[in-house]
Amino acid sequence: MTVILGQMFTGVSIGAVLLLIALGLSLTFGQMNVINMAHGEFIMAGAYTTYVLQKSIAGAGISLIVALPVAFLVSGALGALLEWLLIRRLYLRPLDTLLVTWGVSLMLQQLARDIFGAPNVQTRAPDLLTGNITVIGGDDPLTFANSRLFILGLAIAAVVALSLTLRLTPLGRRIRAVVQNRDLAEVSGISTGPVDRTAFFIGSGLAGVAGVALTLVGPIGPTMGTNVIIDAFLVIVVGGIGQLKGSVIVAFVLGVLQSVLEYSTTVSVAKVLVLVAIVAFLQWRPQGLYTLRTRSLV
Amino acid sequence: MTTATPDAAKSKQLSGLRGRFAAARPAAGFVAAALVLFAVAPLALSDFRLGLLAKYLCTAMVAVGICLAWGRGGLLTLGQGVFFGLGGYAMAMHLKIADAGPGNLPDFMQLYGTATELPWWWRPFANPAFALAATVLLPMAVAAVLGSFVFRRRVKGAYFAILSQALAAAFAIWLIGQQATTGGTNGLTDIQGFFGYDLDDPVNQRMVYFVIAAVLLLLIALARQLIHSRYGELLVAVRDSEERVRFLGYNPANVKLVAYVVAAGMAGLAGALFVPAVGIISPALIGIVPSIELVIGAAVGGRASLVGAVLGAIGVAWAKTALSEEFPAAWTYFQGLLFIVALAFLPGGLASLVGIVRRRRPNRALAGDVA
Repeated sequence: MTVILGQMFTGVSIGAVLLLIALGLSLTFGQMNVINMAHGEFIMAGAYTTYVLQKSIAGAGISLIVALPVAFLVSGALGALLEWLLIRRLYLRPLDTLLVTWGVSLMLQQLARDIFGAPNVQTRAPDLLTGNITVIGGDDPLTFANSRLFILGLAIAAVVALSLTLRLTPLGRRIRAVVQNRDLAEVSGISTGPVDRTAFFIGSGLAGVAGVALTLVGPIGPTMGTNVIIDAFLVIVVGGIGQLKGSVIVAFVLGVLQSVLEYSTTVSVAKVLVLVAIVAFLQWRPQGLYTLRTRSLV
Repeated sequence: MTTATPDAAKSKQLSGLRGRFAAARPAAGFVAAALVLFAVAPLALSDFRLGLLAKYLCTAMVAVGICLAWGRGGLLTLGQGVFFGLGGYAMAMHLKIADAGPGNLPDFMQLYGTATELPWWWRPFANPAFALAATVLLPMAVAAVLGSFVFRRRVKGAYFAILSQALAAAFAIWLIGQQATTGGTNGLTDIQGFFGYDLDDPVNQRMVYFVIAAVLLLLIALARQLIHSRYGELLVAVRDSEERVRFLGYNPANVKLVAYVVAAGMAGLAGALFVPAVGIISPALIGIVPSIELVIGAAVGGRASLVGAVLGAIGVAWAKTALSEEFPAAWTYFQGLLFIVALAFLPGGLASLVGIVRRRRPNRALAGDVA
């Protein structure tokens, strides 16, 4: 029983990481319809920010707390810059944004290699997050890793913050207006350019936050973004483009599925099986779990 | 495409020398390409450089398929590495079995010491005819299964691109995980013979080059036939407005499926010929990154133009060797920049420059059909 519960928790924590990574994408890909392959490198930027801060700030706990907003700003600035330089020219050609931003991601990876070196680096987790919490004691104990619980909490906090921003603030309303009908938003007096850039800033900033979280579960390296980005895109595709709740549900379902399959087969077979499950799911719901129903034929 | 149609009609009506010249141009280009590949290159290049060219030509074969599927059909497939890999592994498995000799296990399997006999799914590849057929049919079958699932349910655009990319990732991860039967990260290496010919012999390496060059020309001819057929028109129509094609009574899913499957077969063939040319196939050659790199060449040259895609693939592969030998770090920046410039500022690739220049001259408005 505890094995199953432990496996479930592993699945949920994989899901939390997936969700954190996919959250920023759900804004830039889901809402803005831009396939930003450099999103993975914005995650990397967040992770390296944590690393640099830890080098200069003594306490691991304080540096992690400081890293969260700083990584948000660093990655967010990178995202806004990318939007201004390239993406705003490509809003009508979503597939080309994929390839153009892949070029950007190649350059950012090389930049990381030139600055920090090709080998992976590691950060120290704060003492508070290195231990475990024992949920069920006794001979067959069930323990949850503190760092995983922290990531879960961070993911939930980020989802709540993003959905409240989109729903309640004037900025959120403007973003949703631009997404739903760009022309109408424009004639209503919203200047779409700054709104696009702000949305990109927030989405990319969330990638930075995800990068901070990833330093707790793995090494930091130039290719770390490439390794996680595909999974995150799959979460959005299966959840339904532009649907935050879809991403949340799918991230956790895929996390648990991955963890259960890994337990009963191997890591590599589990990856393949998850992909098969996704293709099968898309047969049933080609537009993802939640769809924005429109009369559009495209 | 709608704007290009009257121009195409006009070009057919052109009478006299210029009309005949325009009609003969593709054939002349084909002959020129054959001359370069079969006469100029073998004479001008050292054995080493010719071997590299053979490698680039394999990339160009994949680009022919990408031109068809993506340039013509709008199917951005980021998973061509999978089909390239299926073809490559099918060929390499046969060659490894042949190298080991009857009754023996391929060297890497002996190394791990766990296997006492060939895994069941290796055994059919001992048969050369089966292995050769599998290099093309296996990728086509995988593409047919995935494609029919995906296209029938109208999964398209970004969804399709991401799924094909996930396929490449999953395939590479799976290969790495099956260390004992696929060679894992190393892949299948150190392939020595090719159907009885010793691959270390430069003469035989030249033979492999000639086979590759011939197959590439064949694939280009085949793709050209397809593009200029009724099917080719339909494919472009599906790309430009799938719903209208549906309303006309065609099933766009089938149209897309054909392009995807043909492109997969071409990539498989390219992978199969890559193995004797280079002597290795490994997950590092077929994952996400190499799959996207295969697209880069076609994009830079011009996705919708056969000549553009092929020359782009060869040019980018050549630039990669030339630049990464000298400046390993700078190449990545250059590669990224190439991608950004070609796609953000010149969506038709270098091939569209020809059309742009030609359109500037009045009376010669034979607009290229690059959309």
